[in-house]
Amino acid sequence: MQDPLRAICDDPLERKWVWISLAMAFFLGGLLGFYAFANNVHPPSNVQTIDSTRLHLSEEFAEDNLGVKTNADGSLTVTLVAARYGFYPQRVEVPTDTQVTFRIASADVLHGIHVPTTNMTTMVVPGYISEVTTNFPRTGEFSLLCNEYCGLGHDAMWSRLVVTEKSAGGETS
Amino acid sequence: MSQSSAAGMDAAGIGLASMNRSTTLGGNAAGISLASMWVGFIAFAVAALLGFYQVIERIDLIPALKSPALYFGSVSTHGVLMGFVLTTFLIMGYGYYTATTSLKQNLWSKPLAWFGFWLAVVGVLLAAGPLLTGNASVLYTFYPPLMAHPAFYIGATLLVVGSWVWCLQMVVMMGIWKKAHPGETVPLAMYGTTANAILWFITSLGVAAEVLFQLIPWSLGIIETVDVGLARTLFSWTLHAIVYFWLFPAYIALYTLVPKAAGGKVFSDQMGRVAFILLLVFSVPIGFHHLYMDPFQAAGWKFLHMTGTFMVAVPTLITGFTILASLEIAGRLRGGKGVFGWIGALPWKNPMVLAAILAILMLSFGGFGGMINASYSMNTMVHNTQWVTGHFHLIFAGTTVIMYFAIAYYLWPKMTGRQLHSTALALKQLWLWFIGMLILTLPWHQLGLAGQPRRISSTPYDESLVQAWLPAEAAMIAGGAILFISALMLVYNLFKTHGNAQAETHLEVEYAESLHSVARMPKLMNSFGFWVMLVVVYMVASYGYPIGQFFLMETHGALPWSI
Repeated sequence: MQDPLRAICDDPLERKWVWISLAMAFFLGGLLGFYAFANNVHPPSNVQTIDSTRLHLSEEFAEDNLGVKTNADGSLTVTLVAARYGFYPQRVEVPTDTQVTFRIASADVLHGIHVPTTNMTTMVVPGYISEVTTNFPRTGEFSLLCNEYCGLGHDAMWSRLVVTEKSAGGETS
Repeated sequence: MSQSSAAGMDAAGIGLASMNRSTTLGGNAAGISLASMWVGFIAFAVAALLGFYQVIERIDLIPALKSPALYFGSVSTHGVLMGFVLTTFLIMGYGYYTATTSLKQNLWSKPLAWFGFWLAVVGVLLAAGPLLTGNASVLYTFYPPLMAHPAFYIGATLLVVGSWVWCLQMVVMMGIWKKAHPGETVPLAMYGTTANAILWFITSLGVAAEVLFQLIPWSLGIIETVDVGLARTLFSWTLHAIVYFWLFPAYIALYTLVPKAAGGKVFSDQMGRVAFILLLVFSVPIGFHHLYMDPFQAAGWKFLHMTGTFMVAVPTLITGFTILASLEIAGRLRGGKGVFGWIGALPWKNPMVLAAILAILMLSFGGFGGMINASYSMNTMVHNTQWVTGHFHLIFAGTTVIMYFAIAYYLWPKMTGRQLHSTALALKQLWLWFIGMLILTLPWHQLGLAGQPRRISSTPYDESLVQAWLPAEAAMIAGGAILFISALMLVYNLFKTHGNAQAETHLEVEYAESLHSVARMPKLMNSFGFWVMLVVVYMVASYGYPIGQFFLMETHGALPWSI
């Protein structure tokens, strides 16, 4: 079969390189696709709206309902409100090796949430609920910080995540 | 033009003497090109100073300098000056000069070109007010629902509209040339410039929609709220391809000026065209890799945009091959032998060649990091960390801007009719820029992996986290200082060139010939109609529903917030 690239490229060496370039692009894209679908690894992408000016009137993000809750299947749900300049509640404690789903809403502007050295991160956008699921393999005290510019006090916006050893019974020690 | 008449030109030092030169040389574009590039480089010098201040402020080194208000005002101004002003004006100036010299025809409409220039200048001045007084510290990506003074949004809009005048001019000039030269192939430099003009017009429509329909009416109080999801989706339309708008002139210089400066030929003219076409088609509909971590778009759309993002690496890989092959041809023609001997034989003392080599090195490092950012899942580890800042400084401030320097060093003597003040100074400046950029950005990659967020003015986090960042932060100050000195050397050299008593004798822009060339260029590689249609179809497929969804579901707009 004649090389279809012959129409645009005379040099055999260069055609070979174009094929290698295409192969690399498809290989890397394909590899990421394979892992995404085989391991069900996707970026946080639940499309769900909320009125950020009325969080206190919503059931889920009312002050009394924030924090860590244990679900029937043993996984945890952590409900947080991001507001200048903190994540509330300001201290969250979860066990290691347990599936944790964070649900976060902003009360004001754009924020980002990140626990450095872990893969817990998502943008927090006013008008939308962010949801990210992960689990923490290592114990320790982590900074849970805002990683998106949100105003002049942005640097000071951080809270604490404490990861404790999961006890044999599956409960938080 | 003879040497004596060039020498007899106005030596007053304002450098516009070349405006009256015959159309076979700079055409009638030297004045507007020089004016545009000067606006760009003045913005660049101011922004470099701000950058130096920022690396010092950020590490809490001098407590007296500590001020989030000043820092975020500075970051906003640095981003706008580098990303919008330096780029747009340099691209317009280089584009006008490329059009007149490669096509050997005058500007389609010189008054219109100046109108666009002044519109853009007025826009910059209008935006400068709120930026410098801290009333537009919303960073270069605008960040609604933080609200800036309306003059900031209106100024930015005028800058973009001014650049559309340039886009129109490029497209029309290529059309006029094709009509006058039926069956002939548009010179590669002009083909690339027109591709970039079309790319920029399509690219800028996203941010134009955000600013015209959301931010300006909102900042004037005409509408009460903005949908932040829609605003960020529209900005993502612009946010990726804008970097290709910036990068294009660097690629055009690599394909059409560098091989000649090195003493050889460009390996393949057609592959240059293929690269330009691929950039035009693939760089706009892939903006969602900037939204991987945003909640308001579904994963499937993000995945679709990721596949396109990997495709856009292909034209860069092709460019890498063609430029290295072109340099190898030049090195061997100059007597270089063996597998690597040709590298030493290259004219390293030619600023264009040196800049090209350094640009390709930085492109390789930055491209590697870019693959991580583009990755649907790996991006999670580096999102919004200092890694990202390191990446785009390598590709933009490194690869792209160092080629802007080379273009300036090459064109200044041709535009002013004066020899470059000092080639030795230019070479030192390029080396310093390269070294400074590596010292700045490699530690930033490391900081990002160690979890440091970007866009912070201080680091009040856990001691254990912050301690690990200190060595890399110290390095970044050294990098910032070197870069600032290098920036001053550039501006000084260009300024002194205007007053140089030595007249320049090589006034013609010499474009590289192609080693491989086809007798008749396929029509698709000599025009843009088909490719523009393809972009439109691709855009509808990748942005149609993601934008449409905001009008289909119940959304809640955000009220304005001050910084």
